[in-house]
Amino acid sequence: MDISTFLVQCLNAVQYGLLLFLVASGLTLIFGIMGVINLAHGSFYMLGAYLAYVLAPHFGGYFLGMLLVGVLLSAIFGFILEWVFFSFLYGRDHLQQVLMTYALILVFEELRSILVGNEVHGVAAPQWLAGGVSLGGLMTYPVYNLFASGACLLVAAGLYWLVNRTRVGMMIRAGASNRDMARGLGIDIRMLYRAVFAGGVALAALAGMIAAPASSVYPGMGGGVLIMCFVVVVIGGIGSISGALIAALLVGFVDTFGKVFFAQMSGIGVYVLMAVILIWRPQGLRSRGF
Amino acid sequence: MNATPLMQAIGLTRRFGGLVAVDGVSIDLHRGQVHAVIGTNGAGKSTLINLLSGEIPLSSGRINLEGKDITTLAQPRRARSGVGRSYQRTTIFPALSVLENCRLAAQAAHQKPWTLWQGAQSCRASLDAAHAALEAAGLADALRQPAGSMSHGKKRQLEIAMCLATMPQVLLLDEPLAGMGAEESERMLAMLERLRPGHAILLVEHDMDAVFRVADTITVMVNGAVIASGDPQAVRTSPEVQRAYLGEDAHA
Amino acid sequence: MHSPTLPAASVAAVPGARARRAGWLAPALAALALAFAPLVLGAYYQELVVQIMIYAIFALSLELLAGTTGLVSLGHAAFFGIGAYATALLAPQYAPGSVALLLVLAMLCAAAYALLVGALSLRTRDVYFIMVTLAFAQMAYFVFHDTAIGGGSDGMYLTMRPVVELGGSVLADLERPRHRYFLALGLLVLCYAFLALVLRSRFGHALAGIRINEQRMRAAGYQTYRYKLAAFVLAGALAGMAGFLSAAKNGVVNPELLSWHESGAVLMMIILGGLGSLRGAVIGAAAFVLLKEFYSSEALLGPAIAGRWQLTLGLTMIAFVALLPKGLVGIGRRFTFPRKPS
Repeated sequence: MDISTFLVQCLNAVQYGLLLFLVASGLTLIFGIMGVINLAHGSFYMLGAYLAYVLAPHFGGYFLGMLLVGVLLSAIFGFILEWVFFSFLYGRDHLQQVLMTYALILVFEELRSILVGNEVHGVAAPQWLAGGVSLGGLMTYPVYNLFASGACLLVAAGLYWLVNRTRVGMMIRAGASNRDMARGLGIDIRMLYRAVFAGGVALAALAGMIAAPASSVYPGMGGGVLIMCFVVVVIGGIGSISGALIAALLVGFVDTFGKVFFAQMSGIGVYVLMAVILIWRPQGLRSRGF
Repeated sequence: MNATPLMQAIGLTRRFGGLVAVDGVSIDLHRGQVHAVIGTNGAGKSTLINLLSGEIPLSSGRINLEGKDITTLAQPRRARSGVGRSYQRTTIFPALSVLENCRLAAQAAHQKPWTLWQGAQSCRASLDAAHAALEAAGLADALRQPAGSMSHGKKRQLEIAMCLATMPQVLLLDEPLAGMGAEESERMLAMLERLRPGHAILLVEHDMDAVFRVADTITVMVNGAVIASGDPQAVRTSPEVQRAYLGEDAHA
Repeated sequence: MHSPTLPAASVAAVPGARARRAGWLAPALAALALAFAPLVLGAYYQELVVQIMIYAIFALSLELLAGTTGLVSLGHAAFFGIGAYATALLAPQYAPGSVALLLVLAMLCAAAYALLVGALSLRTRDVYFIMVTLAFAQMAYFVFHDTAIGGGSDGMYLTMRPVVELGGSVLADLERPRHRYFLALGLLVLCYAFLALVLRSRFGHALAGIRINEQRMRAAGYQTYRYKLAAFVLAGALAGMAGFLSAAKNGVVNPELLSWHESGAVLMMIILGGLGSLRGAVIGAAAFVLLKEFYSSEALLGPAIAGRWQLTLGLTMIAFVALLPKGLVGIGRRFTFPRKPS
């Protein structure tokens, strides 16, 4: 494998890992803070992708504007969803949460089918991000993919700053470790949960929107991402954002290079990685804390 | 009093990251004796019991049972070797009857999981052990009651009975009197007196009157370390102990 | 720690001998009814009942794992699918295979994968366990979907259905629907009776104790990991049995048998019927299959609604879990065992 191919694969791995991190961070935040396991989380990724497909023609080159609008719309959707559905799941045992969110996936799939149909779509990258960057003269790497990775890194940094350096982040961390104490300190837990949930949905949807021009938009894309997210969360340790980042990048590399070297059994690499972590450190890389 | 301890813990230490929950604690348990462990909240008493019962591993130290090193044994193996424990928060099976609670615990000594054709209720050995344990705990008249519907005091008695069902030699009791009224506490203390001759008992308790009534030896823990250990009178008058309790609570 | 909203195993809580004897009556009558049903059912409904019986075995296997032992697995379809694929892959090409041999092999293959998955997954708890079991099922799904082992995403055919042979003469030929029906019924009855025995045994009581309070069981001296692993492997083997029947019935296997939709469906079945009871698993399987038939029936609901059966089924399930957490059996219990004033 020559150096430019290696570089391309590394960039692919990082991009995949960072996108996965965005989705997984939402999942792990929601579980870490509200104690809800949400199988429908992948559907939010799908929501973002389809949002991109629907909004792109109206925004043309104003890609960043479209991302912003998409994030806002999905946050509002998340806010309402928490209010009318998810708030009833807190305190229920995990089996009930699993079943209700699994049924929710079925509902989402059908709603998507009714609203935008079942075809596979593509979303064009905006003009100013089209084209490629030359690597070592032999290969070109799409500019858009670099943008995607960059955007995800920015969001990751923003997330770190939010959780660790702001008052809101402090409330989130307080709510995660001790619900009643946080309430006693005057933090409106209900609003906090609603906001965190909306944030989690927005993160997943943003990942879907960013991913749309790079991959295709198709039914069932939520399912694949969800399971990858689960693997990331198991490896990284539930409730841990830094763990999710490390794990997501690990998964990105194992998956990408696994596909390069073992084309046939490509999907398996990640599960083998998970099995290894389970043998070595079943509680995940970072068991508790952000 | 026999010279060789039934259970001997030497230099037990347990660290959680930077926090030292238990710091070099040594403790001896003799058959026919009640060894009480007291201390302020967060002193490491519950962690100590968890270390002795095998629920959490040691960072360093050694534990002997009848002279044999059991430090590396996991909790189930220790339990089958004769170490029983009761919990501070009640861990009975609420949906099952009182008898079944004890029978299931007693079954641990007669497991035979491959005997699928035999009904569990026909296991004579576990039923007899359960009856004996319930008799000792004073619950012989409540056998068929659903465990979850009993009073708190009776539930705590069942907690002890389940500990006895496997016929252990060592009893590690974690605050058995927790949440009990005066009459129930009396019953519990009377039961402890009955159990004393046959067992080596470690008693973690907050109720100072009970402790000074029943204990042969008292160990005082503060911040994970032992600050005093010995005869109840000596401990009561020890200056270190008084310093530790002054300003904390008025029991001593 | 298990939440108190799940009902305990009915084993030790059933009041009185009368209830225990009556406990055998309903399943026995149901089996009898099923035995005579082919006399009155047309071909389509006969196949539907076979499908229900296959799912009933599948649901019973998960009931042992999730209902009795409290291990919520979201990847149980892997063992179902492996049983089916093992049947198709190991069946001889040009002559009908032996039911006895293929059934045992299917169960062994499923049990082997269950041993691997269980050994690793049981190192985790609660939510992690749910996620890990799902991930391992996906892994198996990918093996069959992406590689040529089982014909890839199209699946493969069972070229000749197996037969039951004794001393050279064919007792039953699974090419014939009625023989398939009775084999499925026979295996269902065996599976049910076996699990009833297990629940009654020391092993079964220990599993129930582990579900209610694993810590207490460890404190008493049970090596709970071994018990859980045994239950996991047993459940996997029984799911493999259902998989064998599925391959024999349909004559074809495809990777969707291992999909998480299948895992979700079987979980829904045992909740629908009522967690914590064997008859609940069977009732739930029947209810699920019939509900799906109903919601996707164009004749009854018209093509517009019938085409959206996932939506109607999904909404029904949400309402069900939210409003009737004890399942269909819970409704029945309320009427047959009047609440005693406590």
